[in-house]
Amino acid sequence: MKEGRIHSIETCGTVDGPGLRYVIFTQGCLLRCKFCHNPDTWKMGAGKKMSVQELVKDIKDYLPFFQATNGGVTVSGGEPLLQVEFLLELFTELKKLGVHTTIDTSAGCFNRSPHFIENLDKVLELTDLVLLDLKHINSVEHKELTGLSNEHILDMANYLDQKNVPVWIRHVLVPGGSDNDEYLQELSDFIATLNNVEKIEVLPYHKLGVYKWENLGLDYPLEGVEPPAEDRVRNAENILNRVKVI
Amino acid sequence: MKVADEMVKRVPWDGFLDGNWQKEIDVRDFISQNYSLYEGNESFLAGPTQATKDLWDQVMQLTKEERENGGVYDLDTKIVSTITSHNAGYLNKPLEKIVGVQTDEPFKRALMPFGGIRMAVAAAESYGYKVDDEVVHTFTEHRKTHNQGVFDAYTPEILKARKAGIITGLPDAYGRGRIIGDYRRVALYGVDRLIEEKKKDLSLIGNGTMTEDVIRDREETSEQIRSLQDLKKLGEKYEFDLSKPAATAQEAFQWLYLAYLAAIKEQNGAAMSLGRVSTFLDIYIDRDIKNGVMTEEEAQELVDHFVMKLRLVKFARTPDYNELFSGDPTWVTESLAGIAEDGRPLVTKSSYRFLHTLDNLGPAPEPNLTVLWSKKLPENYKKYCAKMSIKTSSIQYENDDIMRPIYGDDYGIACCVSAMRIGKQMQFFGARANLAKALLYAINGGVDENLKMQVAPNYAPITSEYLDYDEVIEKYDTLLDWLSGLYVNALNVIHYMHDKYSYERLEMALHDHEVLRTMACGVAGLSVIADSLSAIKYAKVKTIRDEDGLVVDYEIEGDYPKYGNNDERVDEIAVNLVKNFMNKIKKHHMYRNAVPTQSILTITSNVVYGKKTGNTPDGRKAGEPFAPGANPLHGRDKNGSLASLSSVAKLPYKYAMDGISNTFSIVPKALGKDEETRTTNLAGILDGYAEKQGHHLNINVFDRETLLDAMEHPEEYPQLTIRVSGYAVNFIKLTREQQIDVINRTFHESL
Repeated sequence: MKEGRIHSIETCGTVDGPGLRYVIFTQGCLLRCKFCHNPDTWKMGAGKKMSVQELVKDIKDYLPFFQATNGGVTVSGGEPLLQVEFLLELFTELKKLGVHTTIDTSAGCFNRSPHFIENLDKVLELTDLVLLDLKHINSVEHKELTGLSNEHILDMANYLDQKNVPVWIRHVLVPGGSDNDEYLQELSDFIATLNNVEKIEVLPYHKLGVYKWENLGLDYPLEGVEPPAEDRVRNAENILNRVKVI
Repeated sequence: MKVADEMVKRVPWDGFLDGNWQKEIDVRDFISQNYSLYEGNESFLAGPTQATKDLWDQVMQLTKEERENGGVYDLDTKIVSTITSHNAGYLNKPLEKIVGVQTDEPFKRALMPFGGIRMAVAAAESYGYKVDDEVVHTFTEHRKTHNQGVFDAYTPEILKARKAGIITGLPDAYGRGRIIGDYRRVALYGVDRLIEEKKKDLSLIGNGTMTEDVIRDREETSEQIRSLQDLKKLGEKYEFDLSKPAATAQEAFQWLYLAYLAAIKEQNGAAMSLGRVSTFLDIYIDRDIKNGVMTEEEAQELVDHFVMKLRLVKFARTPDYNELFSGDPTWVTESLAGIAEDGRPLVTKSSYRFLHTLDNLGPAPEPNLTVLWSKKLPENYKKYCAKMSIKTSSIQYENDDIMRPIYGDDYGIACCVSAMRIGKQMQFFGARANLAKALLYAINGGVDENLKMQVAPNYAPITSEYLDYDEVIEKYDTLLDWLSGLYVNALNVIHYMHDKYSYERLEMALHDHEVLRTMACGVAGLSVIADSLSAIKYAKVKTIRDEDGLVVDYEIEGDYPKYGNNDERVDEIAVNLVKNFMNKIKKHHMYRNAVPTQSILTITSNVVYGKKTGNTPDGRKAGEPFAPGANPLHGRDKNGSLASLSSVAKLPYKYAMDGISNTFSIVPKALGKDEETRTTNLAGILDGYAEKQGHHLNINVFDRETLLDAMEHPEEYPQLTIRVSGYAVNFIKLTREQQIDVINRTFHESL
């Protein structure tokens, strides 16, 4: 059986997909988002090795909670698509149990190589929902904010659209980083080209993960940046959801 | 109280469907034949009337004065409280729809010396009052009390165990409570019919030979009859004729409340629970509404005023008692909803109206609103409960799906988690044994780690530097054999004396003649022991000894699985401990052939137990609180709340039929982003926990910051209510130490 590199488990996730969710935070990520609240999940090859079997045995215990709320399992990260073979085996087992499956990805490792696509396609067959983080619509700004440009990320959005995989778009709203109205409008225009988007969520930037940067001995790049005001959050929600404000 | 004339003339049972309930005392049958299931939502509910608002303002003002007066508003020092001891008292007679207070004025606490005169004196003194000399003289020289009886019979060994705190919180110095009179009987049948039935019972007792059992039974039944006669006199003081059945909803509430009032005028038991009245009372409301003599506003007003009275129940307690059960709790537990044996949900509009008092009067710890949860409850009701929990943190939930097969569909919860058939079953409350301290005794050969005194028999101590799991388990087993015997002996003494000197005659008058008695033992420190044994098994635990060779501390080398993470390796240790101790309890003789049970419940005494217990092998430091009830120790449950719940749900109810208490605190955000999601998720957590056979769940939903602020500014949070183990308290009434304990507990907040 495949093993995954796992950072941690949260058995009562309520914000990463519908209902009560067992959230597996995988270890390893290619992005280096300045606002990241889990920088301890970045490093590749770290984390705890857990087999699919071990995870499934644990997950089975929570089926009553999933059933009661139409919940399920979300694989988040880190970047789950970095462990696509593990994901494939995990979801294969979960589908045998009838569990709703979700991938929470920033698509940082998406590429069109036949090998990657072949595995991805198999996983998507078993995936009920993708939470796709679009951090910035402008590639230069995206690179500034996350360390990588965004072409392949937008490409994945289009790919999921083509495959007709249900998607929730998520956008972290960072004052001075990703809350510019023009860019939000541009992002909104892009999302409007997609036909598979069920929901658009604005996640207000918060500072709950700052201590983790300190623990890792890293300088926190957003020192001094405060969480966005409520009206800015609403503004972003309105723009992205194309709500006309009268 | 004036009732419309045409109502008085009406035949009390008019409009009710016939059934066995007319032939025999059978309230369950009456409910089953007559209640109206309600599956709609809460939109029908009415807000508070002006009278309700005015009365509640008055209560809040008195509450403020009580707080400013050091916790007691007034206290009777002369009149010994009985059913008929005081004249009528009112909050505000013209406005009150339901009347009656414990003494002759609201907030004045009664003098109740039958449990023990020393306690009555101590309670009064702690609030700056002095009990009348003559009363003290009478109850010292002429009338023996429960407390004195117990100490006459205790052995030196029991006294030592009590002093060391390996058994503690015993009801030997306060009323045992946890007996629920079927107060509904008074409303449905009227007192005369109840007296008639009891007289029939009396005539049937014994076969001619006067054994001690027969003598006691005859005396107790005669006392029950006398108490029912007194109940009628209490009714007369308030200008009601309780001899006849109630004819209107207002009378039904009033009759039932006066019966309950009579019980609390005679007994200051730790928990004076109400039973399961809302669906019963709904039948009367429903009839009046259908007859066009009552509106929804009036129905809600009746419920609000009744609940307001239940919130006013107060007893004079000693400081020792307050340390154990802090925040002035009375456990006026009301059990709501549940499912009938024929599959119909026992949900009525009044199941909503009672919860709605939390809106109309604001949140409060009493009555202890307990929802008997089933996956089969109507979805609308589930959501309403969840919504009110999120809003008020004032509700507890108990799993009807695992209790109904045992107790049927007319049981209620006494105190926090003790299920019993209403009017057919009672319990001998037994507080709890400190199983964490017992583990230290097993290691130290029965010597108390704090008192440095031999408390248990002089067993061979462990002498090795590192603890060996098998050796510890073997010694622990022997120690628990001794402890279970000693514990049951102490309880037998207590309940013999309570029956003799402080018999609950009115409560028992509202029971069938034949009742099932349980001996409700209990354990404290479950998570500490599970983690300690896990540390010994999976890590290395080194002993640190004092100059006399006594183990006083432990060093843990390596990591070990901790209870609360849904890890079978340690959860199994907890499960086995529960089974093992229950099996040991069962071996002993029980007073009055009671059926032994046990609870995993500490109420707030987890703080006191922790204080009296030295360092433990799990790394918990001496004096630190235990986790409450069956909870994992705070901060050790690291995999999120569902893992924590799943660990607790493994504890077998079959071996802990007096209840398994779990307190669950979560910040609002962790339940979801919006109100709708939070409500659905919370209801889902309850469904999932029920499906997993979990027994009890206290739900708190708020941020830690709120509590910190309330500690600093209590005056701004007069109604802030928080669920602790099995009951709710007014947060600002907790001692500072307990407030800190509550704040330190795990708040599930992962996002």
